[in-house]
Amino acid sequence: MTDPTPVLSVRGLSVRFLMPGGRRVAAVTDAYFDVAAGECLALIGESGCGKSVLASALLGLLPANAQGAGEARLGDLDLLAADERTMARTVRGRLIGLIPQSPAAHLTPVRTVRSQLEEAVKALTDIRGRAALRSAAEAAADRAAFPVGHLDRHPHELSGGLAQRAATALALVGDAPLLLADEPTTGLDRDLVDHTVDELRRHVDTGRCALLMITHDLAAAERIADRVAVMYAGQIVELTDATAFFGTSGPRHPYSRGLLQALPDRAFAPIPGMPPELGDLPEGCAFAPRCERATAACTALPQSADGIVCHHPHVPEDLRA
Amino acid sequence: MLELHDITAGYGSGAPVVRNATLALAPGESVGLLGPSGCGKSTLARVAALLHRPDSGTVTLDGEPVRGWRYRASRSRRTAFGVVFQQPRLSADPRLRLTDLIAEPLRATGRRHEIAPRLTELAASVGLTPDLLNRRPHEVSDGQLQRACLARALVLRPRWLICDEMTAMLDASTTAALVAAVEDYRTATGAGLLAVGHDQVLLDRWCDRTVRWASLTAAGAGK
Repeated sequence: MTDPTPVLSVRGLSVRFLMPGGRRVAAVTDAYFDVAAGECLALIGESGCGKSVLASALLGLLPANAQGAGEARLGDLDLLAADERTMARTVRGRLIGLIPQSPAAHLTPVRTVRSQLEEAVKALTDIRGRAALRSAAEAAADRAAFPVGHLDRHPHELSGGLAQRAATALALVGDAPLLLADEPTTGLDRDLVDHTVDELRRHVDTGRCALLMITHDLAAAERIADRVAVMYAGQIVELTDATAFFGTSGPRHPYSRGLLQALPDRAFAPIPGMPPELGDLPEGCAFAPRCERATAACTALPQSADGIVCHHPHVPEDLRA
Repeated sequence: MLELHDITAGYGSGAPVVRNATLALAPGESVGLLGPSGCGKSTLARVAALLHRPDSGTVTLDGEPVRGWRYRASRSRRTAFGVVFQQPRLSADPRLRLTDLIAEPLRATGRRHEIAPRLTELAASVGLTPDLLNRRPHEVSDGQLQRACLARALVLRPRWLICDEMTAMLDASTTAALVAAVEDYRTATGAGLLAVGHDQVLLDRWCDRTVRWASLTAAGAGK
């Protein structure tokens, strides 16, 4: 699991948005994580916590008023320092395959899935010639378990699950070493979620790619992830092994514990309060106002230790009691 | 008592989306309706909320058959239902501040004098702060907007709540908070609930009983 050479290595990644009137919004603060080939890291957190901004930063798709800092290494390339030309010609589709949040909106509505797949094959590979493109597109569809008989359909003729597979097929065409899935299961029902997640897992298990999956669906994360990163108010507050996180020992950060306890098959109890505004973060620990373990120490910014950013993390001794 | 009997409903001339569905809710009962996406459960929820006229079949509210849907229903009937939809962005007017969004049903029914006390009460119960109430939909998150949509559904004190995939877009903590707000309201008023969704674990935990989509139609259509 701990591959010595990670595919993606993020070091101190921060994103700030400059707003009118000189306001600054801290969307992502000092993120550190690695993802290796054959591994899935699930980035989980509430909506609006900065997960998708992090994904946009990796793809070089931040809006003009955003400022990135830190490093995100994909091989020898620093994604934050790369210019648009490099991102467009060598990164998007080739080094990073994006599996989008809503496939129905991602696909071109006026063209068939086949035509979109053939275009992707032509743009991303050296395959040329009508017959070769056709068979390559069919092979790509097959890899994502998209039924070949449905290739000549338009996106509106596909169910949610098939549209998701079409989008996955497009993401896989470039054989990218990193797959980035941004909320791939939103709006799908439970069976389809399980199915989608299992298929993504299958691609990871080929050992050819690493998967960074952004989601707020804890059940999906539990099903697929090797490791879990929990994000709160733009900061990764806990980065840990998925088995321990979802298992008996449980998460150690009070926020992660609260999130798991909110699940209907657990306590079904919400975390009191709401997340802070990213433009107006409290001094010190951002979670302290909602935290039952908060003390005077929490007015100071906690340092990351052992994958946890907290002054009072749960320790295994607590849990046995 | 809310009874849907042998409902067939659809859109336009195509095949109906719902065929011969039958469902009854006792007063104060909470029922979870479980089905896969695209099965027609949202359409049935709209029929139950008097928002969509079925092609055939009868809806009976407290023993009286329903004859009009949407604007043809009498005000007392229409306001007996509070509805929360799946996508808060699509069900909120982007021009309205959250205060006005929540107060809209009171304005529309000539009960302006109730706005101030009702807003204070509701904002607290769904967990919206005064700062958030002054914003417009694009300035709040999906979860915060859905809290406002729930407050809007509760503002007229409906006897029935129809929640159509209310929490599908939301994270676990917001889901638990919204369900708790609905349950607090039901405990206080004895309102009934039809919760439509595809998450069995959630519906089993939330509702008195969960019915599967297939079992609604099996009886009528003999499938």
